[in-house]
Amino acid sequence: MSTEALYQEIILEHNRKPRNFREMADADRTVQGRNPLCGDELTLWMKLDGEVIADASFKGQGCAISKASASLMTTAVKGKTRAEAERLFEQFHRLVKGELPDSDAKALGSLRAFAGVAKFPNRVKCASLAWHAMHSAIAGGEHEVTSDPESQGEGA
Amino acid sequence: MTSTMAPSKAQTPAFVERVDFPLLALNPGLHYLDSAATSQKPRSVLDAMMGYYTHDNANPHRGAYALSARATERYHAARERVARFVGVKDSARLIFTRGTTESLNLVATAWGRANVGPGDEIVVTGLEHHANFVPWQQLAREKGATLRIARVTSDGRVDLDDFRALVTPKTRVVAFSHVSNALGTINPVAELAAIARAVGAMVCIDGAQAAPHLPLDLDALDADFYAFSGHKMLGPMGCGVLVGKRDVLEAMPPYQTGGDMIEFVGDDRTTWNVLPHKFEAGTPNVADAIGLAAACEYLDALGMSAVREHEQMLTALASERLAAIPDVRVHGPSAAERSGVVSFTVGEIHPHDLATIFDERGVCVRAGHHCAQPLMRRLELPATARASFYVYSTPADVDALVAGIHHAREVFG
Repeated sequence: MSTEALYQEIILEHNRKPRNFREMADADRTVQGRNPLCGDELTLWMKLDGEVIADASFKGQGCAISKASASLMTTAVKGKTRAEAERLFEQFHRLVKGELPDSDAKALGSLRAFAGVAKFPNRVKCASLAWHAMHSAIAGGEHEVTSDPESQGEGA
Repeated sequence: MTSTMAPSKAQTPAFVERVDFPLLALNPGLHYLDSAATSQKPRSVLDAMMGYYTHDNANPHRGAYALSARATERYHAARERVARFVGVKDSARLIFTRGTTESLNLVATAWGRANVGPGDEIVVTGLEHHANFVPWQQLAREKGATLRIARVTSDGRVDLDDFRALVTPKTRVVAFSHVSNALGTINPVAELAAIARAVGAMVCIDGAQAAPHLPLDLDALDADFYAFSGHKMLGPMGCGVLVGKRDVLEAMPPYQTGGDMIEFVGDDRTTWNVLPHKFEAGTPNVADAIGLAAACEYLDALGMSAVREHEQMLTALASERLAAIPDVRVHGPSAAERSGVVSFTVGEIHPHDLATIFDERGVCVRAGHHCAQPLMRRLELPATARASFYVYSTPADVDALVAGIHHAREVFG
């Protein structure tokens, strides 16, 4: 399976220079995201203005896919309403699982770079970690989320 | 840098024939470098298991008919074969389990609950796999005992001074790995056991990464328990071993009850079968034990010293070639002090991304915390990539790994 489909230039670029990669002292929401299988960890901060996501930022460590995903996610949801962000998550999730028709994918803009993840099923969790954290943040959680609720860790 | 190693395209004959391993023969482009997770299986192991089911399958120890007697005999012979492989004369002290994890849980549960109490101390090391860490942590919590964790040095060895300082007359249990799964560090097990013995502590050794790779003489090792897995040493998944001292096994309560471990059941009490059956509740996993015995046969035919030598050659070769690549760090002690494990990082490239890039080239490595989160915390490493070798590994596998790292550096350059 060619990894070129996975490591799109925009993903590599956001991995090198992640956007919104900063702490947020006055955040309304803070959520820890963790991927137990590979050890990816991130903290997501969010500021809300009524129904609108006024600001979003993150810090953490993880693979290129999870970091670029967090970078592009925070960029994408800023200025969106909660409902719009949730809708985006739903579409993104279908995209990385290979379940989103091309006609619908167009609306995702630069997030479409993650379409290649569908061919790497064990990387879907990396791509969705930040989105699960976002989902939890707008739902009002102040807790830890995982993109892999079924994971019980790994073998030797 | 100057190289003392042979050039990578070594023309030496293969240590084993790839054709012996059906999965490798069917996948000629595969560079399987994850043997520390599980090994591939030789045809002789698969044939032995199929042969048992084809010719001798019945529930053993129910000897009312000849077929069952044959199954019993084959199971017994498998135990004797595995015992011989690890230098154990009294095969009744070799218990078949599902694997190292079950073996260690057996000890922590059956021995631990009967022998550990409030105020007692349990000493483990910072190198442990979760399977030799969490059962002791949980036992300590349950019993009001204290878990002490011996420090590791920055190059991934047990800090002996700290270990010595932690082992005191309060210490009831000392548990440590023979070989670290994450780094390949070979621990001085006889020395560690002697330190524990000096205070009368029970000694439990996780040998999952040692039994497949090092010559073992367990009768000569002063440990109460030694655990290992079949599937990491060419045997099938689902079959492992716990070797215990006979008097310790006889004195402790059973782990599970029912089936073969029963001697007599009264309405209000039960007596236990003799060793080894006392610790093998239910119908035993005969076919897998026979597979494991065949694996021991295969390894003994190669000679475990030769296996160790082969892996040392590959480990030294890989460590040297990786160290020559900019940004590559090989973690753990020097190659000579490690088993066939090379745990490494490449600059800022996440190990998970490395593994995906390698996979495209047929190179299988493990990426992550290797079920050793306490160790990774201590080394301040979120994750590493781990290449691990076995009898079928070759210098060409090292070449493929090196090429994969160069490719990854280009992609993430």
